[in-house]
Amino acid sequence: MSDSEQTAESEAAATPHQAAESAESATERTGRGPVDDPILRVENLVKHFGGITAVDGANFQVERGSITGLIGPNGAGKSTTFNCITGVYDPNDGAVVFDGTDITGRDPHWVANQGLVRTFQIARELPEMTVLENMMLAPKNQLGESLWRSVVPIARREVVDQEEQLRERAWEMLEFFEIDHLAGEYAGNLSGGQRKLLELARALLTDPEMLLLDEPMAGVNPSLEKKLLSHVHELQERGYTFLLVEHDMDVIMNHCEHVIVMHQGTVLAEGDPADIKSNEEVIEAYLGGEI
Amino acid sequence: MSTGYGRGRLSNVTAQEVVGGLLLALIGILILDLVRLLVTGELPLSRLWSFTWNGIVDSLYIGLAAIGLSMTYSILRFANFSHGDLVTTGAFSGWTVAYLVGGIGIADLSSRLLLRADGGAQPGSVGMDVLAAPVAIILGLVVAAIVTILVALAIDRLVYRQLRDAGGIPLLIASVGVALALRYLIAFVYTTDTRIVVASPPQPELSELVWLELPAFLAERTINLHEATLVIAALALILGVHLLLQYTKLGKSMRAMSDNKDLALITGIPTERVIFATWVIGSGLAGVAGYLIVLDRGQITINLGWFLLLLIFAAVILGGIGSIYGALAGSLVIGLTINLSLIWIPSDLNEIAAFTLMIIVLIFRPDGLFSGVETA
Amino acid sequence: MSGSSKLDGENAGNSLNPLEETDLPQWASDLVLIAGIVVATYAMFAIIGLLTGVGLNETVGFMRLVTFFAAVYALVVLALNLHWGYTGMFNIGVAGFMAVGVYTMAFLTASPDGSPAGLGLPIPIGVVGGMIAAGLVGLVAALPALRVRADYFAIVTLGLSEIIRLALLSGSLRSVEVGDTEYGTGGGSGISYTPVDSVIPWLLERPIIGFAGDQLFALGDMVGIESSIIQSGLYTGVLLLFVVAFYLFLTRIAYSPFGRVLKAIREDELAARSLGKNTDRVKITVFVVGCALMGLAGILWMGSQSRVNPDSFMPIVTFYIFVALIVGGSGSNTGSIVGAFVFAAFLWQGPRFIRSIVRANVDVRAPQTIYDAGVELAAGDPLPLLGYVIGTLDELRFVLVGVVLIVLMIWKPDGLLGHRKELAAATDLSRRPTATDGGDTDE
Repeated sequence: MSDSEQTAESEAAATPHQAAESAESATERTGRGPVDDPILRVENLVKHFGGITAVDGANFQVERGSITGLIGPNGAGKSTTFNCITGVYDPNDGAVVFDGTDITGRDPHWVANQGLVRTFQIARELPEMTVLENMMLAPKNQLGESLWRSVVPIARREVVDQEEQLRERAWEMLEFFEIDHLAGEYAGNLSGGQRKLLELARALLTDPEMLLLDEPMAGVNPSLEKKLLSHVHELQERGYTFLLVEHDMDVIMNHCEHVIVMHQGTVLAEGDPADIKSNEEVIEAYLGGEI
Repeated sequence: MSTGYGRGRLSNVTAQEVVGGLLLALIGILILDLVRLLVTGELPLSRLWSFTWNGIVDSLYIGLAAIGLSMTYSILRFANFSHGDLVTTGAFSGWTVAYLVGGIGIADLSSRLLLRADGGAQPGSVGMDVLAAPVAIILGLVVAAIVTILVALAIDRLVYRQLRDAGGIPLLIASVGVALALRYLIAFVYTTDTRIVVASPPQPELSELVWLELPAFLAERTINLHEATLVIAALALILGVHLLLQYTKLGKSMRAMSDNKDLALITGIPTERVIFATWVIGSGLAGVAGYLIVLDRGQITINLGWFLLLLIFAAVILGGIGSIYGALAGSLVIGLTINLSLIWIPSDLNEIAAFTLMIIVLIFRPDGLFSGVETA
Repeated sequence: MSGSSKLDGENAGNSLNPLEETDLPQWASDLVLIAGIVVATYAMFAIIGLLTGVGLNETVGFMRLVTFFAAVYALVVLALNLHWGYTGMFNIGVAGFMAVGVYTMAFLTASPDGSPAGLGLPIPIGVVGGMIAAGLVGLVAALPALRVRADYFAIVTLGLSEIIRLALLSGSLRSVEVGDTEYGTGGGSGISYTPVDSVIPWLLERPIIGFAGDQLFALGDMVGIESSIIQSGLYTGVLLLFVVAFYLFLTRIAYSPFGRVLKAIREDELAARSLGKNTDRVKITVFVVGCALMGLAGILWMGSQSRVNPDSFMPIVTFYIFVALIVGGSGSNTGSIVGAFVFAAFLWQGPRFIRSIVRANVDVRAPQTIYDAGVELAAGDPLPLLGYVIGTLDELRFVLVGVVLIVLMIWKPDGLLGHRKELAAATDLSRRPTATDGGDTDE
């Protein structure tokens, strides 16, 4: 699927009103960054934990079809922001708009079903399920996820038919990530890097439009990292959008088109990697907070 | 498994506030009704006082047991379902020694060793009250603690140590196994019969105990010496635990570990030694609690601790798991709940009130009623 | 891990099948496994029983009891496996949900003239009503308890089960006057009602079944088995049919996308939520269905009794069921049945069989206390101690159950059947797309 097709399709999916709203606010915010067609907008996000403010009015947008990096020193609020976007936490204030739909404070499963799917800093594979079972869990709208369809004989026929199609897609995805030889293995027996691959492959089977990757390269060896990155680029060409939190600056600088820097719960700077590299404030924040 | 990431449209904070508000409103209504009952004279003040006093007594032995349960929950990280049977162990071992010592030359060895399993050795004839055989009773108290500690340490070595890193649920299941095995080993030796083992308590008037001149309404008041023993012993032990936790290095280590085990490990706190201390203190208090309950109630049964367990859990949960002062406060709430609720409901429903309170707190305030308060 | 990668390539189509050495599909080999264990156990008991002089009637009666308990335990254990084994919901309030089912059934079917009175409805309505009531109580319990930690969930469910039992026991609900009739729980003495196993005599009066029944009684008469044993054996047969039905139902759930979501919730609920699964809805569904099955299991369990009282639903009942589940291996329906059988045969009835053997061979008298037994042992006579042990076998049985539980948790937390790969899918997942050219399924 080409980039333009993907965009057209999702535009069609959003109601005219929402599409207009999203276009409007995009022009409003051109001052903050070169975002023409935001797929994700985070506006004045605030999250407190007891007396601590983890996210303090974060504002940013993610361009459709881009690979955007989210960086910042430890404790900058990146993971909390991720958790607020994906519904794991309920933000205290602010809004999250995905593809023209307000997803603020919605349940994680609801957000995922909108096409915004995440992976975790420490891979959350389902350890006592096989790699293939992990994969088969992911696809949306499975008929067999209703109890009665799984049990009643005639209805089950359709479930079985759908399973056969999904099985095919699952195998294809495993082959794409070159982990098909592990299909029958318990996911808990995989190496750290293989789990990261599995998590990404699994997330893709949900047919997302955008993927939030929380430190996808952490604990991944260099050759696997290369492979993962090439997968990400290949997927970008197919029309997916990526937002990744990453500590490895080489990854951010060489592979992201746009970088957002968070510091003390707010967005400190954003721009293309070259700008960020030379930004005094960013350097200060990193040095001040001990890299 | 269910993680703590719970939240939804109805965010936790508001649900907590709603339920907290409802509970407060209910308590408010009950207090108003209490005032009405007192004013109209439907509830004599003496009855209210006796309910309250019974509540305090109940909360003291529940509290003794709850300290140990709370400690194992926070330091060993599992819900110990065998804790109730440690209470039972203390009761049987302690009273066996009290009988052995108190009944020398009066009753045969068989009846004394097996706590009247054969029906012999009447409690009165063996002198089983605090005035007739104070030495035997106190010795029994000490032995109850020691035996329970030894049993708990043996169980820890045989069972729980093998499962240190297995996670809360396997440990919980193993503790159910321990509970069954321990309780029915006791039953194998002592039989399953419920029996009276303590003579009726001496009830002197207050003027006989105090040399001071007392006003008449106090002087004629009778004191149940067994209950008084329970209260004094329990308060002394609670004070002791408080001093230990606040002012010794061991106590500080224990508090650190209940806050954050991993951090405590990094900072070099000797884990196994803290676990050892946890069992010593926790099971010692549980054993004493069992012994004192029997002193107060007069009768002993192998289900003594098991039937108490859910109330102890309720106290620990109300107080916020891991906080010893919370556990004591929770015990007071539970003790008062099961007794003061008798003003409104029949006595066979009072535990239902306590369990309902526990469930509501678990669901809506899993950190306990007193969360946010600085705890140990 | 490296081993499985070698299996890649030409035989990839088979490499995922955990049973590739055999040609049988998994359900068939499971059936063989269960049947094998049952037959071997019965053969063993029969041989031992006959050799040690226990007698035919007692041995057959013993086997019937084993079968009965295996069947009722299998029913509850299967239901619990849905909660705990599959979904990871640590429900230790099983006894409470069973109580709701049985009491509702008793209330619906008890005679309107009884004390306490019931509605006098037919048994099938009572059974369905009991299931619905247990499911509804499950719904009420599940809604708020969804988000609490596993160990808190355990305490909540245990508390609920005790609340139910204490309420049934309470004098306040013993009898409630509605109009001229006294309804209520009957307090400690319970409710009497038409036993469920009265369907057996009813069935025996039907034309064809009645004829078959007559043959069976005649056959029993020939080999010397009492007709009362056969009659109760027939009810056990009905229970076994229910076990099969439970098994088929739950296995269908297990091998389906729904079952896959259940396993995912057990493994990591947040991961499942992040993949778009509405885990709350699934958990509620499963909890309600499981509770309804527990209600039904309770009804069938108490089915041969004409009176129910709260003492049948002590928390310890829940723990027996847990032991049976863990013995077999939680997470597997086959394991649940094996566990229920092993529990019934060896932990529950086994000690009583040993008692029969001892009583048939040694003239034991039980001394009153262990002290007396010890004194006589010291005097050189071990028989009184044996007598005491035999006399307190019911208590020692609990010790055995406890020790088995501990040993399993330490050395074999996955149970007897160990770690089974029961893939949650409606199709054979190992078929790769290249090898697929037609809709064949493993149903």
